[in-house]
Amino acid sequence: MASPTHAALAHDDAPPELRHHFPDLAKQREASSLGMWVFLVTEVLFFGGMFLAYAIYRETHRRAFEGASNLLDLKLGATNTIVLIVSSLTMALAVWASGRSRKNATVLFLVLTMLLGATFLGIKYVEYKQKFERHEVPGPHFVVPQDEETHQPLPRQSEMFFSLYFCMTGLHAIHMIIGLGLVSWLVVRARRGEFSERYNTPVDMVGLYWHFVDIIWIYLFPLLYLLGRHTL
Amino acid sequence: MSAHGKGHGGVGAYIGVFLTLMALTLLTVWAAYQHLGIWNTPVALGIATTKAALVALIFMHLKDSPKLTAMVVGSSLLFLAFLIFVTASDYLTRKWVPIYFR
Repeated sequence: MASPTHAALAHDDAPPELRHHFPDLAKQREASSLGMWVFLVTEVLFFGGMFLAYAIYRETHRRAFEGASNLLDLKLGATNTIVLIVSSLTMALAVWASGRSRKNATVLFLVLTMLLGATFLGIKYVEYKQKFERHEVPGPHFVVPQDEETHQPLPRQSEMFFSLYFCMTGLHAIHMIIGLGLVSWLVVRARRGEFSERYNTPVDMVGLYWHFVDIIWIYLFPLLYLLGRHTL
Repeated sequence: MSAHGKGHGGVGAYIGVFLTLMALTLLTVWAAYQHLGIWNTPVALGIATTKAALVALIFMHLKDSPKLTAMVVGSSLLFLAFLIFVTASDYLTRKWVPIYFR
């Protein structure tokens, strides 16, 4: 523990948000940002393994994967892509507003981001429900689906496509749910007026996370929904 | 880094990126239905990577971040490349039969 004199020296006119081990808020902010990016890098490799598994199996069982991929609802997937892009815009604007001490605008943009995130999950729910009804969920109740064009049953490996589909979109959805929790926490703090031009690091960091989750979807959408459409 | 506390980029840049992302989304859906031969996958991935880069550079302020941050991001891409390259070099060459076994 620092002695009172030392603390008094260090914190003479220090802002309340400044932790004692940082010389100033700019350094503290840079450390937070770097830490967040390091976390996101681990996430890149976390999702990367799944993307790689998908790429390898798609290459090995091309017909099964393309046929199963064409069974996904492109309209719902594209709508969700647009919903997420709009939510990234509102998140960026929330960071912008919080950095300019605009409390009401910050709260508004954060709430909008949450609504869009919830919309995404709602659409995802509709899609998942469809898959359960059509017995496209891997497991004992899986029924090998038919090709949309030829009405011939797809190869058995179409089940693998749906396994990877549920793993990847499910993991992404878990990230979205965590993101919604984080943004709701920001709404509470923003309403208390805790963010200002001087200090808005939490909004900035959750923003990084939110945009990262958007980037994952930017790759999931073409890989799961689009590749193979031209064969129809 | 004095601009840090204020957040970077103007609202104008955000709107511009947003509109570009929307246009690229429509473009990738359209391109998916074209018969481009082996180019369908590269085009889809290229558009996705352009979108991801825009989000990272502008929305995530990577453009105005310290070099150290850029290095961390670069290292993630490097290790992702290792992961893909080493695994693919196994799976994609498994059917290769040495010439004296044919």
